[in-house]
Amino acid sequence: MRVVSAESMEIRVSDDIVRVRQAVRTKSVSLGFGLVDQTKVVTASSELARNTLDHGGGGSALLELVENGVRSGLRITFEDQGPGIADTALALTDGYTTGNGMGLGLSGAKRLCHEFELWSKPGEGTRVSILRWK
Amino acid sequence: MERIPILKMGDFLLVTIQVDMHDRLAMTLQDDLTAQIVKSRVHGVLIDISALEIVDSFIGRMLASIASMARLLDAETVVVGMQPAVAITLVELGLPMKGIRTALDVEKGMMALRGAILEAGQEGDASSIR
Amino acid sequence: MPTANSKLSTVFEKREQQITDQWLEQQQATGRKLTAAEREQANRQSREFVRSLRSALERDSSGEISGADWAGIRDFLADLSSRRAKDGYSPIETASFVLSLKQPLFMALRGEFGSDAAALADEVWLATLLLDKLGLLTTETFQKAREEVIQRQQKELMELSTPVVRLWENILALPLIGTLDSARTQVVMQNLLEAIVQTRSDYAIIDITGVPVVDTLVAQHLLKTVAAARLMGADCLISGIRPQIAQTIIHLGVDLSDVTTKATLADAFELALRRSGHKVVRQETAAAASAPVR
Repeated sequence: MRVVSAESMEIRVSDDIVRVRQAVRTKSVSLGFGLVDQTKVVTASSELARNTLDHGGGGSALLELVENGVRSGLRITFEDQGPGIADTALALTDGYTTGNGMGLGLSGAKRLCHEFELWSKPGEGTRVSILRWK
Repeated sequence: MERIPILKMGDFLLVTIQVDMHDRLAMTLQDDLTAQIVKSRVHGVLIDISALEIVDSFIGRMLASIASMARLLDAETVVVGMQPAVAITLVELGLPMKGIRTALDVEKGMMALRGAILEAGQEGDASSIR
Repeated sequence: MPTANSKLSTVFEKREQQITDQWLEQQQATGRKLTAAEREQANRQSREFVRSLRSALERDSSGEISGADWAGIRDFLADLSSRRAKDGYSPIETASFVLSLKQPLFMALRGEFGSDAAALADEVWLATLLLDKLGLLTTETFQKAREEVIQRQQKELMELSTPVVRLWENILALPLIGTLDSARTQVVMQNLLEAIVQTRSDYAIIDITGVPVVDTLVAQHLLKTVAAARLMGADCLISGIRPQIAQTIIHLGVDLSDVTTKATLADAFELALRRSGHKVVRQETAAAASAPVR
């Protein structure tokens, strides 16, 4: 897999969530995603951007256009240096919530995308990566 | 500060969400709407989301909150105009959206509201008899 | 056996015209009968092929055809192959076109290396390897071109075979026919939801009478469509559930308790009419009304 282009965005205030949505929309349109595919990846990004802000104390989003042979796709990686998730497996189960409604964001985003990766260490931070192929 | 306009249409309030809402705007809308329901003494709220291309769990929760708050204030809520791509995504996302009435457009929404208000009125009568 | 075409380019340099002429003669003698226009086109293509082959060999005689110097001839063959596919030539005919160059080429090699048996054997071998690779390339391209035609036809078939039908003012029907794969089902379902919005229909009936097999994926797509239609404010019914399908669905553990299902499209239509406040009444005809009482 090779990265064709990359764009980084800050997630510091709630307006940034809207900006991330718009950027993901623009990139998925440029890749020629159908409307439903666009909606899925933008919605997943919205969920994860919100998590980064609300639970990670702010962070960043990296938008990458990737290619794997004939396939092209959009990968977005959300990163924060927040408190981290103690039990990632548990966090990915539906309906899990720390009381702030975080559970649905992760499992939902996973369902909406073709590939999903979660890395987290308590006290160090969290990194979530989603990928949707065209 | 920008606000989402709330129109009074007979016995209903109509809210048309046309922008990609950021959190402050969403919070303001909830406050404005509850205030207006009391002030106008309406029994129905129509929320038109036909221009919304994205409904994530935050917006979903906001809609559910509005419906719950409205019911406490004796008003029914109907969400109208959900786009197919949004509906498909919400199903995939797994957002339950329970307890939220929906209709295809404003006209059908009003019919649904009239029916819902009637129902709620009957339930109210029944419980007061007890 | 050697792997580099060291001397082939010199042979072309000296004998290009001879090779081309012999090749054209040979093509005329064998193969199918062509019209004058087709003959003219085949001649043009042959001359260009030999020319490109010569210049590619001059720049790169390694025997590999994947390098940049061979891009021109690769494109030429790809184009030739696509065109011939569309013109109705079989892949064998197109590959044979390339492979038939062997004979005049071997004759030229014999003329060049006649007395040196070892050198002749080497060059014939290298030439064979090269032309085989080029011939196979046309087959590959041919396949791809046919694949594209098939895909396009499948898409058209898909669009044709799943029309959304307006049964009544407020009621849509989607009669599904044939096997459903995941991709097709998703497209079909999206079309239905769009149709619901456009026709402002409160009811949609998905009829699966014509679907022989329902597997887990299809069942899940059906359920998701029903859920999505509900979210939008419309009601979705499923009809045409045959006994075998009913069994499959139960065995798969798919939960349809939340969905209204009917055995036939007619039953579902009747239900939708009722739910939307319609009543069907049989009227007395004028003839019956005025018939004398016997």
